[in-house]
Amino acid sequence: MRDVAIVGVGHSKFGNRFDLRIDELAWEAASEALKDASLSAKDMEFVVVGCSGGWSAESLPAVICSEYCGTLPKGSMRVEAACATSSAAVAVAYNLVASGYVDLVLTLGVEKMHESPNPVQIEFIGRAGNYFWEFENFGMTFPGYYALHATSYMWKHGLKEEDLAEIAVKNHHYASKNPKAQFTKEISVETVMQSRYVAWPLKLFDCCPLTDGSAALILAAEDVAKKITDTPVWINGIGAATGTGNLSRRDMHLKLEYSGLESAVYAAKQAYKQAGITYNNAAKHLDVASVHDCFTIAELMAYEDLGFCGRGEGLKLVREKQTYNGGLIPVNLDGGLKAKGHPIGATGTSMIYSLTKQLRQEYGKIGGKEAQATIRKGRAVAHNIGGTGHYAYVTVLSLEKPQSGSG
Amino acid sequence: MPELPENVKQNIREEGLPIVLEPKTRLPLYISVRELSLRYQFGTTKIQKFFEGLKEGRIYMTQCKKCGQKFFPPQGDCPICIESDVRWIPLNGEGELLTCTMILVKPPTYAHHDNYIVGIAKMKEGVRVLAWLKIDDPKKIKPKMKVRLETVKREPEQFITYEFTPI
Repeated sequence: MRDVAIVGVGHSKFGNRFDLRIDELAWEAASEALKDASLSAKDMEFVVVGCSGGWSAESLPAVICSEYCGTLPKGSMRVEAACATSSAAVAVAYNLVASGYVDLVLTLGVEKMHESPNPVQIEFIGRAGNYFWEFENFGMTFPGYYALHATSYMWKHGLKEEDLAEIAVKNHHYASKNPKAQFTKEISVETVMQSRYVAWPLKLFDCCPLTDGSAALILAAEDVAKKITDTPVWINGIGAATGTGNLSRRDMHLKLEYSGLESAVYAAKQAYKQAGITYNNAAKHLDVASVHDCFTIAELMAYEDLGFCGRGEGLKLVREKQTYNGGLIPVNLDGGLKAKGHPIGATGTSMIYSLTKQLRQEYGKIGGKEAQATIRKGRAVAHNIGGTGHYAYVTVLSLEKPQSGSG
Repeated sequence: MPELPENVKQNIREEGLPIVLEPKTRLPLYISVRELSLRYQFGTTKIQKFFEGLKEGRIYMTQCKKCGQKFFPPQGDCPICIESDVRWIPLNGEGELLTCTMILVKPPTYAHHDNYIVGIAKMKEGVRVLAWLKIDDPKKIKPKMKVRLETVKREPEQFITYEFTPI
């Protein structure tokens, strides 16, 4: 297996992109990534498109986007892993390069959610679990699935709705500095507390928005990467796991009773093992993290699932503001899904875009000095969840090449 | 074919194109003249006994005769043994509530229902079940509270399903 590095990154403006079709939106990120790597579309040897789909008109987004981005006739495919779709696309692209099949892969996450009306999207996302057993008769929604976890966490660890609000306040704070974010305003705990319930105990401001957006990464084999850039960002580990479709069947291997995501723990341990990071106190090996905060409770559980702290201790990190920049582990300095926006299939590549910029110490140019993490260990982690722990992908990035034999 | 919205029909009449201005951003939007409606269908052959049970007021789980693995939702195949020989066992109905939520923003196909509470309970037999919890006052919900699982006719659709009530 060959080592694989990220040599170019691009990111569209996130939000309600009524101005563009899906292929035009994909190009916004792809063109930026090509310029970042000083490469042309013809240099790409394969295109992996992460697009969850359903709400946009095009049934073959990989074809439509490849055509628009000028990569034809190179091979392409669409990858799906719900909200972890483009992290799964990165896993596929990584293996295409590591195996020696190709040297350069364009990895494109894109989602155009606003091609369908808002109620249709609520219906679609609510069906993202086990359709027959949990939606057909019981009308679950995506906020509902996470609300089940919030309730359990409250019952077990004394979580308060105000604690969750603090996570939203942090992520809106960083989004307000990020010109590519959907939400650009700071909010207060009161804003969250006064918003209406969507799925008790989660309120509107505990939830991420519906977003159109794209983010692109160019992955290269070691020899090629060194010719393209002086600051390749290496993929040191990729962990992947699948949770039960039925929420009622969770805890197959780990008894969390809805206060954490079993799949995320599995994926984190796998990625850390590849990268030589110990799971307990993982934060001390990392400079910065992007975690899957589709809902505030999801970010809280991520702290624990990623081994930043013990079970029930995520609350302490929130209350002590340890996940702001300068704390134990800065989390979601780009505003996260919560406030930067969550274009389902583009979220994974968006996380890795931000972390690549962080490791290259270029993020300050986008989100301001305050949002540039101090890079000491040269390592970052992306935690991307599909559905409610139905899929989990954890990716470790580093300024250092993987240790010999782990790549 | 379903009717197009009036403003789209008007623009086709007047301008010859189904392009309207998006209300908030005033950006031009092409409204597709094709509308898709979808109703899915599923095979029930392997678990038909479950549905026969609902008609008789029973809620069945299955258990692999070889390894003893219990399944709810019920299934006819055991992936552990790669066997398809399962026992059908009716749940006795007693359970303990592990978590719950109240759904206030509902999917369009549930818009005609009042806000509903969804809970997950651990049943006496060891399996967990997700279903609606019918309770007069949500404030009465307590962690680990005892609940009973029963079949019920869902109104206004009138099909048989199952739900929890407090014991």
